[in-house]
Amino acid sequence: MPMPTIPMTTRRCNRRTVLGLGVAGLAAAAVPGSALALSDAQAKALIQRAVNDVNAAIASGKTGPTLYAMFERIFSKYADVNVIARSALGIAARSASAAQMTAFTRAFQGYLSRKYGKRFREFQGAVFQIQGARPVKSFYEVKTTAILPGQAPFEVLWQVSDRSGSDKFFNLIVEGVNMLASERAEIGAMLDRRRGNIDLLIQDLKTAG
Amino acid sequence: MSKAGASDEMGGRASGHARRVVMALAGMTLLALAACGPGPRETGINDPYEASNRQTHEFNKSVDAAFFRGDDDQGAGPVARTLYNVGNNLSLPGKVVNSLLQGRPEPAIKNTFRFVINSTLGLGGIFDPAGSSFSLPETDTDFGETLHVWGVGEGAYVELPFVGPSTERDALGMVVDFVINPLNALPEKERVAASALRLGGHFAKRRIYSATIDSVLYDSADSYAQGRLLYLQNRRFELNGEETNDAYAYDPYDDPALQ
Repeated sequence: MPMPTIPMTTRRCNRRTVLGLGVAGLAAAAVPGSALALSDAQAKALIQRAVNDVNAAIASGKTGPTLYAMFERIFSKYADVNVIARSALGIAARSASAAQMTAFTRAFQGYLSRKYGKRFREFQGAVFQIQGARPVKSFYEVKTTAILPGQAPFEVLWQVSDRSGSDKFFNLIVEGVNMLASERAEIGAMLDRRRGNIDLLIQDLKTAG
Repeated sequence: MSKAGASDEMGGRASGHARRVVMALAGMTLLALAACGPGPRETGINDPYEASNRQTHEFNKSVDAAFFRGDDDQGAGPVARTLYNVGNNLSLPGKVVNSLLQGRPEPAIKNTFRFVINSTLGLGGIFDPAGSSFSLPETDTDFGETLHVWGVGEGAYVELPFVGPSTERDALGMVVDFVINPLNALPEKERVAASALRLGGHFAKRRIYSATIDSVLYDSADSYAQGRLLYLQNRRFELNGEETNDAYAYDPYDDPALQ
């Protein structure tokens, strides 16, 4: 069975994970919250629409690539794919060319849809309910509860911003598990494996997930 | 036969003794820590044993690949779900003890009713009428959480053989849970059967969550780092609830590293 080789050290990976997020967060705390143009109602409305589409996709009973394609459409419609991709690539995004960023973002979007499409199988039959929204720094965090038959409800947080020019979500936190933090660690590890070569990373991403 | 019986009896005495020692220690710890609040929410990754943890991770992956890796796109079948339900039901008495040790009577009472209802109406936990008809979903807890409530910090991250991601505190909690489990009071045969069913329940859980676990273990560039991050984030959420300290919130629109 082919097994990925795993480096014994993860210097870069460690730096890039939650610790790094905390430091970056502190630096960003200087931004005044009053600059918010997005409202509580707008953030909730966006997530309500996204959740309706997710519910419909799950209820369609479709599986495999058809379902992943549905997720990819929902993702590109409601998520700020550019900022998620840029953040996942981390500091390497600064040295990437515009063409590399475009190719990376496209490959990353397909990778995310396949990866989370597979994992969404556990959400089959789930109904998402909006609980509320609260401002955090320059964005809103919308809290939803996923209700699965016969199981204790669980919490999904959606972080929403309008700083891309329109209202989009840029992060999902499922029972404490932060998608952006997880992808920053994963893309960092993929880039390490390719010794920092972004073009090879893009090739890998086209089949990963 | 009689020889085996004698050694069983000795084993029973030894485990009874160990149980009393741990209960006494636990009692003393409880007294010592009663004045303290729960341990603070921890951030970051404390992994001084990373090199040996990674070796254990490779071992765990090879065991998992040999026995559990999903090779089809089918979800868990009715056998796995039944085993999972029965195993979970048998884990409830231990959870009740932990809720009481944490000074949380409400989940203790709810899990007690859940155990009684599902063991009888639910035919030994095969079905879940407590969850579906009585609004009594399981409240998950363990001695690792009890230690947290008593103010014990999570310690270093560790990956345990056959078990997977854990922390020093949660690893100690697992050992204590094994000893203080009320099912240990059952007669020998029933105790072994209950342990086997609980173990089976863990295997079934691996199957039920196969898509996500396979994805983390076999599709990640660094499955060790992914497993560690997912475990720590989820465990901290279970013990402390959602992160409400906005200073830790990451805002990619204001990340200076990306500008």
